[in-house]
Amino acid sequence: MQLTINGAPREVDAPPDMPLLWVLRDLLGMTGTKFGCGVALCGACTVNLDGIPRRACVMPVGAAVGHAITTIEGISATPSGRKVQHAWLDLEVVQCGYCQSGQIVAAAALLAKNPAPTDTDIDQAMSGNICRCGTYQRIRAAIKQAAHAPSTVNRGD
Amino acid sequence: MDRVSRREFLIAGAAAGGGLLLGWHIDGGPRVAAAAATTTASEFAPNAFIRIGTDGRVTMIMGQVEMGQGAYTAMPMLLAEELEVGLDQVRLEHAPPDEKRYANPIFGFQATGGSTSVKGLYLPMRRAGATARTMLIAAAAQRWSVDPASCRAERGVVIHTPSRRRIGYGALAPAAAELPIPETVVLKRPEDFKLIGTPAKRLDTPTKVNGTAQYGIDVRLPGMKIATVAASPVLGGKVGGLDEAKAMAVAGVRQIVRLDEVVAVVADHMWAAKQGLAALAIRWDDGANAAVSTADVVKDLAAAAETPGVVARKEGEAAAAIAGAATKLEAVYEAPFLAHVALEPMNCTVQVRKDGCEVWTSSQVLGRVQATAAQVTGLPLEQVVVHNHLLGGGFGRRLEFDYVTQAVRIAQQVTGPVKIIWTREEDVQHDVYRPYYYDRIAAGLDARGRPIAWMHRLVGPAILARWAPPAFRNGLDGDALDGAVDLLYDIPAIQVEYVRHEESVVNTGFWRGVGVTHNTFVIESFIDELAVAAKADPFEYRHALLTKAPRARAVLELAAKEAGWGATLPAGRGRGIALNYGGAWDTYLAQVAEVAVSPAGEVRVHRIVCAVDCGTVVNPDTVKAQIEGGVIFGIGGALWGEVTLKNGRVEQSNFHDVRVLRMNETPAIEVHLVRNGEPPGGIGEPGTAVTAPALANAVFAATGKRIRKLPLKPDQLRSA
Repeated sequence: MQLTINGAPREVDAPPDMPLLWVLRDLLGMTGTKFGCGVALCGACTVNLDGIPRRACVMPVGAAVGHAITTIEGISATPSGRKVQHAWLDLEVVQCGYCQSGQIVAAAALLAKNPAPTDTDIDQAMSGNICRCGTYQRIRAAIKQAAHAPSTVNRGD
Repeated sequence: MDRVSRREFLIAGAAAGGGLLLGWHIDGGPRVAAAAATTTASEFAPNAFIRIGTDGRVTMIMGQVEMGQGAYTAMPMLLAEELEVGLDQVRLEHAPPDEKRYANPIFGFQATGGSTSVKGLYLPMRRAGATARTMLIAAAAQRWSVDPASCRAERGVVIHTPSRRRIGYGALAPAAAELPIPETVVLKRPEDFKLIGTPAKRLDTPTKVNGTAQYGIDVRLPGMKIATVAASPVLGGKVGGLDEAKAMAVAGVRQIVRLDEVVAVVADHMWAAKQGLAALAIRWDDGANAAVSTADVVKDLAAAAETPGVVARKEGEAAAAIAGAATKLEAVYEAPFLAHVALEPMNCTVQVRKDGCEVWTSSQVLGRVQATAAQVTGLPLEQVVVHNHLLGGGFGRRLEFDYVTQAVRIAQQVTGPVKIIWTREEDVQHDVYRPYYYDRIAAGLDARGRPIAWMHRLVGPAILARWAPPAFRNGLDGDALDGAVDLLYDIPAIQVEYVRHEESVVNTGFWRGVGVTHNTFVIESFIDELAVAAKADPFEYRHALLTKAPRARAVLELAAKEAGWGATLPAGRGRGIALNYGGAWDTYLAQVAEVAVSPAGEVRVHRIVCAVDCGTVVNPDTVKAQIEGGVIFGIGGALWGEVTLKNGRVEQSNFHDVRVLRMNETPAIEVHLVRNGEPPGGIGEPGTAVTAPALANAVFAATGKRIRKLPLKPDQLRSA
């Protein structure tokens, strides 16, 4: 089947019920998307499907066909993703970093849809993403900073 | 956890090829590192931590591992400060296993844990950097025939100050490598620091925000298979039977590996492995622990608590003083088994060949990883190659290597490399849990309410006796007792006893905050009880007892001031205070927590204020981040953390019943640092250790209910 990942077509040979997470990690070698729980409870595997955050660990790959999949590897090509990454670097959000792919992808989706999220909006969008190191306070601050960041010039990357 | 030795010795010895080896020796006789320096002739590698190529590239080799705590920034800061290079000029390399060259001076072997990295390596890393800098300057001075004292180093360049001649480290590397190792080096004065004490950017952040950071679970090798496992759900149980044909019928499943107590399904990808494992429908022979429940564990602990323990601290005659006191208080405190649930599930990739074994994983104890692989395979140590990676969380779980031993045993049956990944359920149910602790504590107050005697008997396993046997001395586990023997309050009669009680039903080990986490909950809750009995303000009561502990008193004052202690709170809210000190960390932390408790008994944390004195600060931003994160780890643990047993099995399995704090539940957390010139203390764990009692005390302030058994569950707090 053919998938569209980070804007590029990718051909994969997988059973349609295989979760997208394992297609990405084990078949395509895209290891930025993480395995944390396998049952959509932790958000480590978050990818955006047509801009909407989805848990790749429970999403059958067959259901992703025909949709635009954005992973952490491609998030910098989106305007909100780039802002989020800059804010993450600026505020030193990261500790172990294992959850951060999912956090960044989810935050980018939030900002793309809602350019000025309130605390409640952030709670709603981000509470499905667990961080065991406890970086939530900085994630919240970084989302707000990214929301106020001027749009960077699209350099075509 | 530093009872092994607080001292470290730096041993330098010339090695073949002009390199230098540095090793530690701990107590006992000298143990100079014997491994050959892996350098080429053109490189300058004055010690195990620094390598400078002729191209000027500075590589720093990280003996401490990175699990989020910032070691991969703090260690380079210490080296770079003295080497006189910018952090932007260095690249990092994971160290290989080597129990001597990369020994943690506090433990005496290669380990990252116990909040010891900066505390133990603050001087050794600086000396390593200064040694290299001194030799590079000497090489330049020799070339120019000038006095080394007239030269200085700056951003990887040696400058002859009078003539302004300059030469880069790369050009000096071959000559520096030929020089003798200086016996003594001069360290920079703190007022000359350029990096230490600054909020330097973490070196690991960029790869962690673009998805390229490599954790153990991300390893990919040609021909690699993926496996997932099921070990006996009851400790000591065995595989009884399974339906191998059904599993092999799953597309992508290649092999079933059956060992006594564990089964692995080896497949082309994780999806096939998981489906194969489910299809096996394994039947287990549960063994001796088949009927055990948490109540049985507690019953045994309670019985052990009736027996006298080994006395760890004794001043005065506490029992007699309590008997004659105007007011007597006694209580039992309990702290449950806890799971770590590091977000990166346990995993290990192994390839076993006839003549060697290669291991890829993320571990806090690399030398032990190598040793267990050697032991399982029967290969000599030098034929076991271990590649470390970033750790997707440690929290003490990766101080164990059970998952590596298991992976090597499985890989012995597999041709080619195999990556073994535990599911989250496997992780939760086969953790090395924080022990269940059971404490009896008593105190006597005089007529004014001031404590005149304190007796604390704690019961639990001796993790150190297993993990670092030399540190288990005279029947005392220094970790289990840490924080309890260091009681800071000025009380005339104190007796602290330890009753060792090993668990046979689950494996127990270190959990963030180690022994101090449990002891601080007991001590800081009980001192609050004393304050209540004395009708005193909890802050004032503690404050009056800290006359001999000025650093503790200072953080208590700062936390109270910043939190607005005493100011009116909205109705239904309570404020609690707690103080934390662990001898192993040498860090003082005070916390004020504000909570509300709903009629249904749910605790909501609104605000946390921390004041921290960890002595010399290497990276203030990392210190703050560690306290923030430690607090969040501690809140989840205190409110919901609990692993329970039924029929010998762990009842919890994934994040639906192993509840951890989430974004919407996170309070505002403020961290205030006391800056002074005391030696650096540990910061990875105190934030966790102080949180449970601050919350329990706040819950008492809000509800009048004293909770002596963690977690602070609704069933203990419901008002109806």
